[in-house]
Amino acid sequence: MKYYIAIVLTAILTENFVLSKFLGICPFLGVSKKLNTAVGMSAAVIFVMAMATAVTYPINKYLLLPHDLAYLQTIVFILVIAALVQLVEIILKRYIPALYSALGISLPLITTNCAVLGVVLLNVEKAAADVQFGFAASMFNSIGAGLGFMLAMVMFSGVRSKMESADIPKFMQGLPITLVAASLVSVSFLGFGGVIENIFG
Amino acid sequence: MGSILFPVLLVAGIGLVAGLGLAIASVVMAVPVDEKAEKIRECLPGANCGACGFSGCDGYAAALSKGETTNTALCAPGGADAAAAIAEITGLAVSEAKPMTAVVHCRGNRQAAVDKMHYAGIESCRMAVQVFGGPKACASGCVGFGDCVRECPFDAISICDGVARINPDACHACKKCVAVCPKHLISIVPKDAGIPAVLCMNHEKGALTRKQCKSGCIGCMKCTKNCETAAISVINYCAEVDADKCTACGKCAAGCPVQCIHIVGGKAVITM
Repeated sequence: MKYYIAIVLTAILTENFVLSKFLGICPFLGVSKKLNTAVGMSAAVIFVMAMATAVTYPINKYLLLPHDLAYLQTIVFILVIAALVQLVEIILKRYIPALYSALGISLPLITTNCAVLGVVLLNVEKAAADVQFGFAASMFNSIGAGLGFMLAMVMFSGVRSKMESADIPKFMQGLPITLVAASLVSVSFLGFGGVIENIFG
Repeated sequence: MGSILFPVLLVAGIGLVAGLGLAIASVVMAVPVDEKAEKIRECLPGANCGACGFSGCDGYAAALSKGETTNTALCAPGGADAAAAIAEITGLAVSEAKPMTAVVHCRGNRQAAVDKMHYAGIESCRMAVQVFGGPKACASGCVGFGDCVRECPFDAISICDGVARINPDACHACKKCVAVCPKHLISIVPKDAGIPAVLCMNHEKGALTRKQCKSGCIGCMKCTKNCETAAISVINYCAEVDADKCTACGKCAAGCPVQCIHIVGGKAVITM
């Protein structure tokens, strides 16, 4: 149990996908203007990350690795994730239209989100390095990564809503000040370095 | 050759399975699209302003198509053209579209209204009213930091000498400014009917109003005496117009000693 808690906390804090690994920057900058859209997008990302891992893990383990085809991981995973997100979209549209309209454009955006591909590839990489890192650990890692994404989005939407009412010099308005703020938030996450190792190590 | 054939077949196979799966899923779980709603949606301007009272243009189109509403003239930005087009598609009678406009019920500009303090905080009405109700001495007056200006999708509002003014030609009566004003100073009134609007919301007694703002309604009751149809009444020292009773004679505006009654749709909505 301790092992899995450590995996989730590592994914959220020390290896935060947005702020430490710099993956998924596009939605981080694009959809973080308002809290509700940020939360909606993050929920969709958590869901898709978990689904993608659940599907790609067996494909990797039972199709790719036994045939020495690890080099196909990237292209196969992209294919599978894209198809998966499309399928999820169709299912949501049919059975949960309320959630479908709440997620709106976020869902198709995730199809091409590098954070989702990133978490899947990271799982494969970690599984190769650590025997104990199996299917359950992969799932925990994906959900943790999604929660980390949500944490970053929610924090940053707060920062941005403060920035809306701040008096910013004209040359810094818009994207420049957003990027500066993003880098400061990212630097603050450096403070978590070593925390997990010292608690669980 | 065998070593490359398997990976190619594998990826092609996964692609084929995924593609077939999606194709089947899209047929099996297809959502029936309401063609009538789609057609109605094309007649609407797509501003998604919400003036119709539904959640955007799609919501209004769906409601019309399902028969939840039979009023074809709810779209303020689309006006009479949209109403006629909707009526043609739905077969409903053309509802009469009354052109409406928003009006700011305040004319306390920098000369007229007295400031009770110097506010140096964030330039937003909603922020400013949290500090003792805003910088103006009048508790009801326009704060003048332009939250409504930023909210207006049609660029119809401007801040003129510390008071928001609405250009009735550009206004589509979408009510976004009504919702955003922290003083609740903006209302929607008929545009060309010549109905008067009282440009003050100060409910203090006349003497106190005079100290706070030279343009405020002092509750002198002169307009109620001038009105022949009892359409204007003074409630809590501030005049209010009942548009249903009003005959648009304009006598109330002519007689007002502080000139705070103005005829909407005249040459100018607000003349300072």
